[in-house]
Amino acid sequence: MKVRIDSERCQGHGRCYDLAPELFGEDDEGYGHVLGDGAVPPDGERTARLAVSNCPERAIEIL
Amino acid sequence: MTVDERFSRDLRETLKDRPLGVRNEIVTGPVSDWAADFSHTEPEWAADPYPIQDELRQRCPIAHTERFGGGWLPTRYEDVAAVAYDTERFSSRAIIMSNFRPPREIAPIGGAPPISSDPPFHHHARKLLLPAFTKAAVARREAATRAFCHSLIDSFAGRDVVDAAHDYAQHIPMRVIADMLGFPPEDGPRFREFVENALEGVNSPPEERVARMEKLFDYLYAQIRDHVDNPRDDLTTYLINVELGGHKLSPEHVAGTMGLLLIAGVDTTWSAIGASLWHLAKTPADRARLVAEPGLLPTAMEEFLRAYAPVTMARLVKEDMRWNGVDMKADDWVLLSFPAANRDPAQFDRADEVVIDREVNRHAAFGLGIHRCVGSHLARMELRVALEVWLERIPDFGLADPAAVTWSTGQVRGPRTLPVRIG
Repeated sequence: MKVRIDSERCQGHGRCYDLAPELFGEDDEGYGHVLGDGAVPPDGERTARLAVSNCPERAIEIL
Repeated sequence: MTVDERFSRDLRETLKDRPLGVRNEIVTGPVSDWAADFSHTEPEWAADPYPIQDELRQRCPIAHTERFGGGWLPTRYEDVAAVAYDTERFSSRAIIMSNFRPPREIAPIGGAPPISSDPPFHHHARKLLLPAFTKAAVARREAATRAFCHSLIDSFAGRDVVDAAHDYAQHIPMRVIADMLGFPPEDGPRFREFVENALEGVNSPPEERVARMEKLFDYLYAQIRDHVDNPRDDLTTYLINVELGGHKLSPEHVAGTMGLLLIAGVDTTWSAIGASLWHLAKTPADRARLVAEPGLLPTAMEEFLRAYAPVTMARLVKEDMRWNGVDMKADDWVLLSFPAANRDPAQFDRADEVVIDREVNRHAAFGLGIHRCVGSHLARMELRVALEVWLERIPDFGLADPAAVTWSTGQVRGPRTLPVRIG
């Protein structure tokens, strides 16, 4: 499983890095970005789905 | 001492140069039909807007009113989101639905950038503010905020009943935003007057509104001049010095942004803290669960933000158009009700219930699209710390007199009187 942020949609609500800080971080302006290559370890799949289902802009995809 | 001539001209002279806007007849009094005559400024709406919004969503999902010179109220999530995303057809040059429309010439900057700005200017004005409001930046204020919350609760010693809105919730964002802007901390209570005029006084006579707005800008200009003379590490000095496209900001931009941060930074968070405490005071099971499981608070907090979203925005229609089945006219208002969107059953399961462990929660309390609340990370920090400290210090509390609870009127809704029994 991998995660990706659509930077066109992201508005910096920060729900992803609140809920899954091991997968997402914030940049200097508060926009979300994927840490590393976005690969989700098996024990991180639940939090990845939590980030997806709480993003108000529907900016996160699971690949 | 620096000489900065931008701020040497009298503010009232500057305001006099502004092109005139359009005023309409002020209509108040009981609403005859919410679908055709809605008003967000009447007591029935302030007391409990949710049944009205739920009924409209079923019967007439884009309601209309002739009040305020004409406006629309979409209540479905889908329509609210569509307006929020459509900055081509809906302008932010006014975002408080009142009886005055500012002239078209003030777009795309507006009176309080970036909330009043449209693309492409909006992007640049917003970019100036973002770094000060990231999660990491606001985390540096958490310890001071926590200590301040404790000091407020210390002041309750010996009292059985306190007003959680007046004695607790309102003071927290006032202190935080005063610190960020570099205003004297003791000025906090004066901000209440500025907030009430901007947001609750929309049906006051225009001369009164202008006079009160001038009072706010006199205050802001006094603060700006003090910061020009004595620069320090705060947002006011930052806005005075920062450049946009190689030029320092106009005095109207500096003061407008400061006014925005002051007004939007205070009443919104005050309302969110108050509404959350109101819910917990009247819902012993949720209160007991959060006291027993403090780790659930961040999740519960998002649910309070969904169910009791304090903020409703407004837009102005740019040109006559047919939109989702209704005929909108240029300069009609659109009341952008994030609270109504957040209770749409097409978007949320059990939309009308407060479910403090709700896992899927794409609520729109902080807006959607390019105008996402710039202070959302700050608001979340303040709300979390305010609730953590309250629940730690006062785990057992309840409404002292449910009938005595009052709510603010207009586009920002939260408790303004909230007597709770703590003893």
